[in-house]
Amino acid sequence: MTEEKSPTALDRSDSRVRHDEGIIGAVRAFMDRIRSGDLGMLPVAVGLVLIATVFTSLNPVFLAPNNLVNLLFDAAAVGCISLGVVCVLLLGQIDLSIGSMSGLASALMGVLWVKMGLPVPLAILAALAAGALAGLVYASFLNRFGMPSFVSTLAGLLALLGMQLYLLGSTGSINLNYNSALVRFGQILIMPAWLSYLLAVLPGVVIVVTGLRAMRRRAEANLSNPGLSVLLAKTGLLTVALLIAVSYLNTGRGVPYMFGLFVLLVVIMNYALTRTKWGRSMFAVGGNSEAARRAGINVNRIRLSAFMLCSTLAALGGVLSAARLASSSQQAGTGDVNLNAIAAAVIGGTSLFGGRGSAWSALLGVLVIQAISNGLTLLNLSSSLRYMITGAVLAIAVIVDSLARQSRASHGRA
Amino acid sequence: MGSSQSTTGEPILRLRGVSKQFGAVSALTDIDLDIHAGEVVALVGDNGAGKSTLVKTLAGVHQPTAGSIEFMGRPVTLDSPGTALDLGIATVFQDLALCENLDVVANLFLGHELAPWALDEVQMEVRAWTLLQELAARIPSVREPIASLSGGQRQTVAIARSLLLEPKIIMLDEPTAALGVAQTAEVLNLIERVRDRGHGVVLISHNMEDVRAVADRVVVLRLGRNNGVFDANTSNEELVAAITGASENSVSRRRARKLEEMDHSS
Ligand SMILES: Nc1ncnc2c1ncn2[C@@H]1O[C@H](COP(=O)(O)OP(=O)(O)OP(=O)(O)O)[C@@H](O)[C@H]1O
Ligand SMILES: [Mg+2]
Repeated sequence: MTEEKSPTALDRSDSRVRHDEGIIGAVRAFMDRIRSGDLGMLPVAVGLVLIATVFTSLNPVFLAPNNLVNLLFDAAAVGCISLGVVCVLLLGQIDLSIGSMSGLASALMGVLWVKMGLPVPLAILAALAAGALAGLVYASFLNRFGMPSFVSTLAGLLALLGMQLYLLGSTGSINLNYNSALVRFGQILIMPAWLSYLLAVLPGVVIVVTGLRAMRRRAEANLSNPGLSVLLAKTGLLTVALLIAVSYLNTGRGVPYMFGLFVLLVVIMNYALTRTKWGRSMFAVGGNSEAARRAGINVNRIRLSAFMLCSTLAALGGVLSAARLASSSQQAGTGDVNLNAIAAAVIGGTSLFGGRGSAWSALLGVLVIQAISNGLTLLNLSSSLRYMITGAVLAIAVIVDSLARQSRASHGRA
Repeated sequence: MGSSQSTTGEPILRLRGVSKQFGAVSALTDIDLDIHAGEVVALVGDNGAGKSTLVKTLAGVHQPTAGSIEFMGRPVTLDSPGTALDLGIATVFQDLALCENLDVVANLFLGHELAPWALDEVQMEVRAWTLLQELAARIPSVREPIASLSGGQRQTVAIARSLLLEPKIIMLDEPTAALGVAQTAEVLNLIERVRDRGHGVVLISHNMEDVRAVADRVVVLRLGRNNGVFDANTSNEELVAAITGASENSVSRRRARKLEEMDHSS
């Protein structure tokens, strides 16, 4: 700043605004946000606690460390798909073919690897490329012909499923080698305890370091700061929670590498969405695409990136689930995969109406979905009931989303 | 019909025979317009005269059906808003075109964020505050979503955004329609400051007082056609006549009636 420092911070000159400082202020601001319909992660947190209590009371095995480890193994594949769904939902678009895409990717990888003898990395790359191509096609249909993604991806759902069946045609399913690195990654590879503890502490360290730097820069620029206590309290809570979770999992088998990969992808996506120009453009296009266009954003390119990311992540999910099941089959990607991935994103707090959401919603949502499916499996309930209950949970999530949207509108928060 | 000879040199923007059709509607027909550096051109006309359509054509939002546009002596095709912005043509749209789900800072810098791979939020926030203070903006917090702002506050944000990139030409489509007294004065001051810096300004307004206060030339559009260029000293009657297309019109009749009433009462 070149001007002399004014006594009040640059952003504190309007007397009408209550400025929340310190921990009490942070809590008060949080309550305000909730009341105005900006629910964030609250419904998920409540949902998870509810689910855990119900299932544990019905069958104590639910909370056993090794069951939770299994749950995390299962969550990674759908989680990846869900992360892609977040991207298209942010634009107010949808991809209904993610299930088929993941199935096709797993079939493609199985055929290329087992039947044609390609090295695994190449087979995986080919599957991911197929995903990128599908996304390219949807985005082109939308950009060129204005074809709603709802329709093009519905067509894609069938077309991709057809290709999957065609690829697997004669055999129906391909078994993957149990001793291969990929299947071990999908079934047994667990982080050593020291690594999992290190990774549990890392977020806290990163948050404090970047937080302190931001505070220093804000102070230099004569902007107000929410206060050190808030930063430390938040970080402390997070670190303690992560350490408890990790040490609990380590009393069982430990933290799966595959889940670590998924969380890493979530963190990268979160950075891209919140800290880059591309992420800003995604939110802008989702909020008001004409305004985004007039601001000079290439809306077509943003759509292209979102659809390609979504299909590619769906393909990656397919590869991971093939690794998890040690097979590429005609069933891969069918059934409730589609619904689960979309439901996870919405349950996690990404709006179906575009312009709101975060990468974390994929992580939180998929935990809810997997917890339900895992708990119901433990109760020996048939998949018919599982489908019904998951459907009901999705309906509730969408209702919460719609109500929160109305409430935000009346509180001026869009 | 007075034409301008006040400004010298090459115009920044030169339009010749620009037409725009929306299906069967001819919103613009054969428009000629020159905008020079360091001048304020007011664009006036009745509702539906085609002012916004003209501005949107120059902003790259609409493509003209016919005609040529020259920027700094070079023929250009404004095929997208991005192209126009890159050339240095900034616009405040009548409908503002802000993203309600994003906060003020994000809207100000939309499409031109600082440090695209690691957004520099602090720097952006500081520049946002400085810019808004220049406009005497009354905005409580730049970290609230646009949806929570009043109409006038939004308008200020839209104006601030157009200034951010140091454009060569800035086009304001009814920028003061929703503004308070102090804010309107600031915007008029600002228009003069921008002109003095040697930029061109296009101002659309229905408020003849504002127009007369800052404009160097007044360009009248009527039913999508040029209907005369006047200088700022032209009388109100003359302007109104050009805008409505006749000296005998509802405005002059109303004024005559008012005068008559005053005569009677005194
Ligand atoms: N996108 C569009 N599609 C079809 N017709 C349009 C479109 N935009 C403008 N028009 C028509 O073009 C004409 C000029 O409209 P324009 O918005 O330019 O008027 P204006 O001079 O800005 O009026 P106002 O003072 O009310 O803002 C109108 O007849 C309008 O109906
Ligand atoms: Mg208009």
